[in-house]
Parts: sequence; structure tokens; C-alpha cells
Amino acid sequence: MAGASSIQLHRHGSPRRATAESPVAKAILIAITLVFFALFLFLPLVVVFQEAFSKGLALFVRTFQDSYTQDAIKLTLLVAAIAVPLNTVFGLAAAWSLTRFRFTGRSFLVTLIDLPLWVSPVVGGLIYVLVFGAKGWFGPWLIDHNFRIIFAVPGIVLATVFVTFPFVARGLIPLMEAQGIKEEEAALTLGANGWQIFRRVTLPKIKWGLLYGVILCNARAMGEFGAVSVVSGHIRGKTNTMPLHIEILYNEYQFAAAFAVASLLALLALVTLFIKTYAEWRTEKQLLEAARDQHP
Amino acid sequence: MQERMGCNFVIAVSVSIESLSPHPMTSPSRPRKHALPGLGLTLGYSVVYLSLIVLVPFSALFLKTAAGGWEHFWGTITAPRVVASYWASFGISFFAAVVNGVFGVIAAWVLVRYRFPGRRILDAMVDLPFALPTAVAGIALTALYAPNDWIGTYLKPFGIQVAFTQLGIFVALTFIGLPFVVRTVQPVIQDLALEVEEAAACLGANRWHTFRRVILPTLLPSILTGVTLAYGRAVGEFGSVVFISGNLPFKTEITPLMIISKLEQYDYTGAAAIGFVMLVASFLILIVSNSLQSWHNRRLGIS
Repeated sequence: MAGASSIQLHRHGSPRRATAESPVAKAILIAITLVFFALFLFLPLVVVFQEAFSKGLALFVRTFQDSYTQDAIKLTLLVAAIAVPLNTVFGLAAAWSLTRFRFTGRSFLVTLIDLPLWVSPVVGGLIYVLVFGAKGWFGPWLIDHNFRIIFAVPGIVLATVFVTFPFVARGLIPLMEAQGIKEEEAALTLGANGWQIFRRVTLPKIKWGLLYGVILCNARAMGEFGAVSVVSGHIRGKTNTMPLHIEILYNEYQFAAAFAVASLLALLALVTLFIKTYAEWRTEKQLLEAARDQHP
Repeated sequence: MQERMGCNFVIAVSVSIESLSPHPMTSPSRPRKHALPGLGLTLGYSVVYLSLIVLVPFSALFLKTAAGGWEHFWGTITAPRVVASYWASFGISFFAAVVNGVFGVIAAWVLVRYRFPGRRILDAMVDLPFALPTAVAGIALTALYAPNDWIGTYLKPFGIQVAFTQLGIFVALTFIGLPFVVRTVQPVIQDLALEVEEAAACLGANRWHTFRRVILPTLLPSILTGVTLAYGRAVGEFGSVVFISGNLPFKTEITPLMIISKLEQYDYTGAAAIGFVMLVASFLILIVSNSLQSWHNRRLGIS
């Protein structure tokens, strides 16, 4: 954590003449960046909205009046409403234990938390099919008891929880590590109990980092495709989330409808980016404050 | 810890692996022996949660793979169609990651060093591939590059077809890996000591020399880390690729799709075998990226 103090207050040294590129080189580099971003970031986004309205506003509206679309939206909201709070509680617990204590197996725990970020989402779905699928470990037992996990909502929730659990923990760990525990210890000596310390001391310090993690977790939960596609079974009106609904519409050549649903998710992505940028900026401020407090 | 929280998640992920490894206490912010409450509760909860969500299901993957026996395992993972999919996933990902390496460095440089209107929006947009659901990205890129659409129309006269070819997979994987290099390199450029560049200029080096001999060597570990992260992400990518690739057997089928096709035939051991290969590959990429990351940290003088 030695570096926490070395975070520069001035983010950008103002470039001086001797260390600046010629105007031509500068213009070329900016042009390359603009073209690269236009091709890979802006155009895909523009395409989504353009195609969504390509067959007119009426079809756009009709897409959302369709009961299958509404079911898909409801299921997506339901899954996120279960997965995000679960992973928020987990993220807080994991960050608290990992940044407040030193114990053996800590690195292993951290690696486990990272796992969904480096493993294919399809593998993330696969593992639950192997456990709960018709020919999986508990499959026959579940069939006997008439309870479905795979090709049903519980499987979708499980797969979503798997792909999204790192986000809150990952948003909090660097921040809580940098902030240290002086204030918590002070609260402890003043007689506060664990819950009070968390609620009154820690939570206000980490709220922006927490929001940052939650918002990313939510975006991924609502947009996950690979893992959910493996466990869902694509049953319309029942196990179709918004991304899966987009796939079905697209494969049926209902392009405008597919893009209409996609535009809603694209809007969610833009809102996420906006909140994320703001939360990052606030988190950075909290980190700077932490750095100042550590080394006044 | 050097990384600014602001910079982002990717870095946070890899850097904090380092910072959390049991190093000697290096600063006052390290927790000391004390009696803050909650270890039992929070650690217990985390461990139980991870066991249920991760350890038990993954042990099913290992046991299912083992249950199929060696011959079945080897037969499955070396079947010609599966081997062809390795090229699509592992080979094309490499080229996408390298292209991101080149353009990512340029973009990071431009975003840190230059001031121009719209810079902040560009900077925020870098994370779009993280935030945009992969299925949305998939259909959008397909619409862009399909033969008679947007960009596809202009490429057609040159005989270039992107969508439904391996080039399409490349485009999707480049999109998905775009943030990684930019976000790992950005903070390093931000922390470059301008004095060193001044010294190089005083000694008569032109900008290109300074870049080649002074700046690039400093950036190299972070560039390689970013490229590895982008590669790791691209290898497992599914949603954005399946739409644009067209999924032609032996040509544009990716490895995750092979897992799904095995599952559709209820061949669980076959699916587990291919899943196991992907897991091992991802693990190797993780090890490489972690060692690059510690090299990167040593360069920055953090240990």
C-alpha cells in the first residue's frame, strides 16, 4: 500500500515543448484513436438505435407490447433483483474479511473470487448443468421430486450469480485496503460493536466504491448471455431473459424487434457507464482523502 | 498500491492479486494485530458462499471429466471439429489481442497526454465493451459488417467479407478486448516522470527516439499485461462472437460453442472434457498475466 501516498494530486503534468510531439504527429495519433473508437465503439452503438427504429416507431412500441418481450424483461429484472443483493452481501463480507484480517489461504480466496473473470461464461453455465442437469449429479433426484433447476429460473439465477459475484468484492477490496482500519479501531475503543462500526464508520467511507461494484454487477447480471444461454433452455415466456430474447428474435429475422430490445440494454449500458464514471471520480476522491489521512 | 481506483476494474483485479499476496507489512495502512470483530462471520459466509457457487460445481466438472476415462477424454478433445475450433478461439484471439496492443497504446497515450474536445467522453466510452451486453454487441457488429449493411457494403467491392468469416470473429474479439490494454497502460503513462523525457530531449533525442528508447521500455510490462488480459477474455468469449461468426463447422465455430453442442446432445462427459481444456487454458493465461503483473509492479517500484 506504499503507493497510496504517491497518488499524484495533479493527474496530468502539463506537457512542455521539449516533451511534446509535433502537431502533425499529434493530429495523426488523435485521428487513429478516433477512427479506432468510431469503428469499434461508436458505430456499434449507433447501429443499435438506428436499427431499432428502422421499421418505424410503431414496430418499436409493438415489440414492447408483445407479451414474450414483457416476460423477458420481467425475468431479467427478477434475476438481477436476486443475484445483485446476494452478491452485494457476499462482496461486503469478502472485502471485510480480506482487508481487515490476515489469514492463511487468503491468496487462494482472492484467486477464487477472480475465477469468473477469467473463465469462459459457457463453462460457468456448464458446471451447473453437470450438477443439476437431467444427467448430472442431482438430476435424477430433482426429476423424482418434480423440481427443476436447469431449464428453469433457479438455474438462470445460479449462473448469473456465478458470473457476477466478483464485481462488488473487486470494487471494494482496493479501496478498503487503501483506507486502512484506524477509524474502525478508534470506534472499537469507543465501545462500538461490529455492526455499528460497519454501519457508521466503514459504510460512509466506501459508499462510492460500493456503488461502483453494484452498478457493474447489475449491468453484467442483466446482460449475461453465455452462461445463462447454457442453463436456460430458451423457453419463451418462461426462461427467456432479455439477451436470450434478442437472440431468438434475431434468429427469426425479426431484426427491428431484436434491435428494439437491444436498444433497451444499450441504454442500460450507457447509464451504467455514466454512473460508473461518476462513482470512480468519487472513489478517487475517497482514496486521496485516505492517502492524506495516512500521511498528513 | 499504485493504481488509482479511478482507473478501473481490470487493473484493480490484477493488481490487487499482487497486493494481497502475503507480503511483509509495508505501510501503516496494513492491518495489524487487533480485535476488529467480524472475522468469523464474514470469512465463514464468504467461504460457504464460494464453496456452493464455485467449488462444488467445479468439482463436478473434474469428476465428470475423469468419469469419461482417458480415451474418451482424448478422443473428444482431439476430434477434428473441436481441434478446428481451437484455432478460431485461441488463434484468432491472439491476433485480436495484438491489434488491441497497438491501438490500445495509441489510445491510452492520446487520452492521457492530449487535450481536445470530447476527450472525456472518449475516455468513458473505453469501458463500453464491459457494460454492453455481449449479445447486443454481437448483433450490432453483425449488422455493421454484414455484406449489404453499413460498413460491409463498402468492403464488398474489394472482395472483403467480414461477417460470417473468421475476420468477423476477429472483429468481435477486438471489440471485447479493447478496454484491457487502454486501461492497464493509461495509469502508467500518467505516472511517467516527465523529467526523464526532458533529459532525453536535452541529450538530443527526438520524440521518436525518446519513445522507442525511454517510454516504450517503461510501458512494456503494462502493455503485455493488457494484451494477456485481452487474450484471456477473448478466448472464453461467446455472446458477441456467435452472431457474427456464422458458426460454420471447421471454419468459424469457437470452442465454447463446441461445449454447447455437446450439451445439446446430452453428452455431459464430452462437454466436461472440452470445458476442462478451456479451464486449464484460462488458468495458464492467468498465471502468465499474474507474472507479467508482478514484473509490471516491480518496474513501477511497488512490491
